[in-house]
Amino acid sequence: MTETVALAHNDPYALGHGHGLAVGHGGGGPASKRIIVGYGFWIFLLSDIVMFSALFATYAVLVERTAGGPSGRELFDLRGAAAETAFLLLSSFACGLASIAAAARSARWYYIAMAATCVLGLGFLALEISEFARFVSDGDGPTRSAFLSAFFTLVGCHGLHVSAGILWLLTMVAQVFAKGFRADIMRRLLCFALFWHALDIIWVGLFTVVYLMGVYV
Amino acid sequence: MLGKLSWQAIPFDQPIPLFAALIVIATVIAVLVVVLVKGWLPYLWREWITSVDHKRIGVMYTLLAMVMLLRGAIDAVMMRSQQTFAFRAPGYLPPEHYDQVFSAHGAIMIFFVGMPFVIGLANFVVPLQLGVRDVAFPTLNSVGFWLTATGALLVNLSLIVGEFARTGWLPFPPLSETTYSPGVGVDYYLWSLEISGVGTLVAGINLVTTILKVRAPGMTYMRMPMFCWTVLASNLLIIAAFPILTATLAMLLLDRYLGFHFFTNEAGGNMMMFMNLIWAWGHPEVYILVLPAFGIFSEVVSTFSGKPLFGYRSMVMATMAICLISFMVWLHHFFTMGAGGDVNAIFGIMSSVIAVPTGVKIYSWLFTMYGGRIRYATPMIWSVAFMITFAIGGLTGVLLAVPPADFVLHNSLFLVAHFHNVIIAAVIFGAFAGYTYWFPKAFGFRLHEGWGRLAAIFWVAGFYVTFVPLYIVGLEGMTRRLQHYDVAAWRPWILIAAAGGVLTAIGIGLQIVQLAVSIRRRDELRDETGDPWDGRSLEWATPSPPPAFNFAVLPNVSGEEPYWGVKQRARDRLKLSEEPEYEAVEMPRNSPTGFVCAFFATLMGFSLIWHIWWLVIAGAVGAYATFVAFAWRDRDEYVIPAETVARIDRANRQAREAALARLRRDQ
Repeated sequence: MTETVALAHNDPYALGHGHGLAVGHGGGGPASKRIIVGYGFWIFLLSDIVMFSALFATYAVLVERTAGGPSGRELFDLRGAAAETAFLLLSSFACGLASIAAAARSARWYYIAMAATCVLGLGFLALEISEFARFVSDGDGPTRSAFLSAFFTLVGCHGLHVSAGILWLLTMVAQVFAKGFRADIMRRLLCFALFWHALDIIWVGLFTVVYLMGVYV
Repeated sequence: MLGKLSWQAIPFDQPIPLFAALIVIATVIAVLVVVLVKGWLPYLWREWITSVDHKRIGVMYTLLAMVMLLRGAIDAVMMRSQQTFAFRAPGYLPPEHYDQVFSAHGAIMIFFVGMPFVIGLANFVVPLQLGVRDVAFPTLNSVGFWLTATGALLVNLSLIVGEFARTGWLPFPPLSETTYSPGVGVDYYLWSLEISGVGTLVAGINLVTTILKVRAPGMTYMRMPMFCWTVLASNLLIIAAFPILTATLAMLLLDRYLGFHFFTNEAGGNMMMFMNLIWAWGHPEVYILVLPAFGIFSEVVSTFSGKPLFGYRSMVMATMAICLISFMVWLHHFFTMGAGGDVNAIFGIMSSVIAVPTGVKIYSWLFTMYGGRIRYATPMIWSVAFMITFAIGGLTGVLLAVPPADFVLHNSLFLVAHFHNVIIAAVIFGAFAGYTYWFPKAFGFRLHEGWGRLAAIFWVAGFYVTFVPLYIVGLEGMTRRLQHYDVAAWRPWILIAAAGGVLTAIGIGLQIVQLAVSIRRRDELRDETGDPWDGRSLEWATPSPPPAFNFAVLPNVSGEEPYWGVKQRARDRLKLSEEPEYEAVEMPRNSPTGFVCAFFATLMGFSLIWHIWWLVIAGAVGAYATFVAFAWRDRDEYVIPAETVARIDRANRQAREAALARLRRDQ
C-alpha cells in the first residue's frame, strides 16, 4: 500500500502502471488516458506545423514574385501587425489563466478567462480581416500576384485556425457549463489550450517572416 | 441551385463509361437489396458500421482496399488492351477517356488500395501484437476509416457523374489548372484526396500514439515485433508527409477556385514548386506503403522459417534509417527539371544510399531463412517472390538514381516498369502475404492453400510477363501514357505485356475463387487453437477470432517473442500457465460518429466539386454538429463482466489444453 502511494506521488500519470517500474524503456504498460490524449494531440499539432511549414516555404519562394504589383514593404502596416500580436499573445495568457481556473475547479474564473480569451481572439481576427479588406479594396487581393496569393494563404490559414479555435472555445465553455469539470472534459480543455498556444507559436513565426522581414529585409 | 451539375454530367453519349457506371450501380443496388431482404442491416450497423473495434475497422479497411483493387485492375486491363489495339490505329478508348483511365488507375492504386491495405492490416494486428485491448483513439479510428471510404466513393462517383482527372495520377500544373482542365475531373481528384488525406492523418496519429503509449506491461521498444516498428516508421512518415500533400492540393484548389497564382504561368506563379512540394510528400509516401510490407515479410519469414528474425536490432535501425532518408531523396523524381549538377548529384547519391538499409533488410530475411525449417505456405510463397522481384526493382531504381541515366529514361516505360516492380513486389505481394497470414486470426478459418498458391504463381508470372517487356520498350524509347503509337519494334513487346496482364487477371480471379472456396469449406479449414501457423508474437495467444477485448488479462512481457516463450514453457512442462484472476473489462462503446461524419464529408466534397455552395455549408454544419453530439455523450464505455471474460478465456485455454494433450500423446 505504501509502495502504491509513493508511486502515485512520483508518477502522477501512472506511467508505471502494470510493473510499478517506469524505467524509461517503455515497459510500464499502457499510459493513462490523460497521457494518451495529450500525446496524440501533440502529434496532431506537429502535423499541423508541418502543414504551415509547407505554406511558409511556398511564401519564401514566391515573396519576390510580385508580378509588377506591390511588395510587402509597400503594403504592410507594422503597427497593425504589432497590435494583432499583442491581442493574440494576451489571449494566450488569458487561455493559460483559464487552464489554471479549470485545474482549481473555479467555474467563475474559468468563464471569465475564457471570455477574455475569446474577446482577444476576436479582436485579432477583426484586425486581420480589416487588413485583408483594405488590401482587396486597393486592388491588391490574392489574385494580383503569386506573392499576394502566398501571403493571403499563409496568413489566412492561421486566421482560419484562430476562427476554428474560437468555435472550439465556445464549445468548451458550453461543455463545462453542461457537464462540469469532468475528467474527459478536462482532457479536451488540455487539447484546446495546446491548440491555442500553438497558434501563438505559428503567429510568432508569421510576424517575423512575413511582417518584420517583409518590411526590413 | 445545383451549381454546375446538370444532366450533361451523365455520359449518355459515351458507351464505355456509361456501361461501366451501370454495372457499378447495378452491383451496389444488388448488394443493398440482399442486405435489406436478408435483414442484415441492423447487424451491419451494430457490429460493423458503428464499430470502434480496431479489428473490425482493420477488416473494413482491407475490404475497401480489395474492392478498389478490382477497380484499379480493370483500369490496368483497359490500358494494356488499348495499347494492344492502338498500333497505327486509334484503339477503342478515345484520348480523353484513356487519360482518365491511367489517372484513375494510379490514384486508386496508391490512395485507395495501397494505403487502406497497409493501414487496415496495421489496425488489425498492431494492438494484438502489442498485447493491448484497443488503439489509442477508437472513435477517431472509425472516423479515419470512413473518411477514407468517402474519398474512394467520390473517385468512383466521377465514373457516373462527370469525369475524372486527365492529368496523370499526380495533377501537375499548369495542365491541372482551369485553363487546361476546365472540367470537374481535377476537382474530383483534389477533393477526394483532401478528404481521405484527413482520414489518413487521423489513422497516423492514432497508430503512432498507440505504438508509443499503449503497450502491454514489459513490452519495451526493443521487444516490439518488427511489424510494429515498421508501422511506427510508416505512420511517423504519414504525420510528417501528409500535411504537405494537404497544403499542396489546397494551393492548387485555391488556384482553380479563387484564381490564385501559386502554380500558374501568369502573375509570378511557379509550377516547379508544385513538383517539389508534391514529391516532398510523394517520396515518403512510397515508404509509407512499403515499410509495413517489410514488416509483414519479417513476421512471415520468421514464422515460416521457425526462427527468430535475424538481426532484429539491425532491422530496427534499417527501418528508422529509411524513415529518415526517405525525406531526402524527393528531387530524383524530376532530375530533368534542371536544378543543376550539384543538386542532382546530392539527390542521386542519397537515392542510392537509401538502398543500403533496404539491402540490410533483404539480407536479414535471407539469413532468417538460412538454417531454418522452412514451410512454403502461401504467405511464404509471396515473401520469396517478393525478395527476388524486389531486388530486381531495387537495382533498376539505383540505376534510375544516376542522373545521366535518368535523363535518358525519364518518363519512359522503363520508369513505369521500375515503380511497378517495387510497388507490386513489395506492397501488393506484402499485402497478400499479410492477408493470407492474418486471415485465420480475423475470421477463425484459414484460406485454402491450393488456390492461394495457384493465385500467387499466376500473379508472379503475370508480373514478369507484363513488366519485363515494358523495361525493354522503355529502353527503346517508348514513353509512358501513350494512347496510340506507330513504332513497329515496340509492337511484339506490347503484345507480350498484354499477355502478362491476362495472367495477372487470372491470378486475381483465382484469389476470388480462393475466398469463395474457403468460405464454403470453412469448417474443414477451421483454426481451433488460435495459432494456426505456429506463430511467435502475441496475436497468436488470442483465440481466432479474438474477443472484443483481445486479452482477458494484459500479458506481462518478459522478453522478445513473448508468445513463443510462453508456448515453449507450456511445451516443456506439458501444461499451461496458471489460470489468471479475471476482472471486468471496460471497452469503448460503438459510435456512429465516423459514419455520420463521412456522410457529411461526402455531401461537402460532392457539392464543392459541383459548386453547390448552400450544400457545402449544410455539410459543414452537419459535420460540426456530429462532433458536438459525440462530445456530449455521457457514457463512452461499457463493461464486460468478469464471468464473460472468464468464460471466453477458458474456452481459449481449453483449445490450447487440447493441443497440449495431443502433444503429450505424441511423446
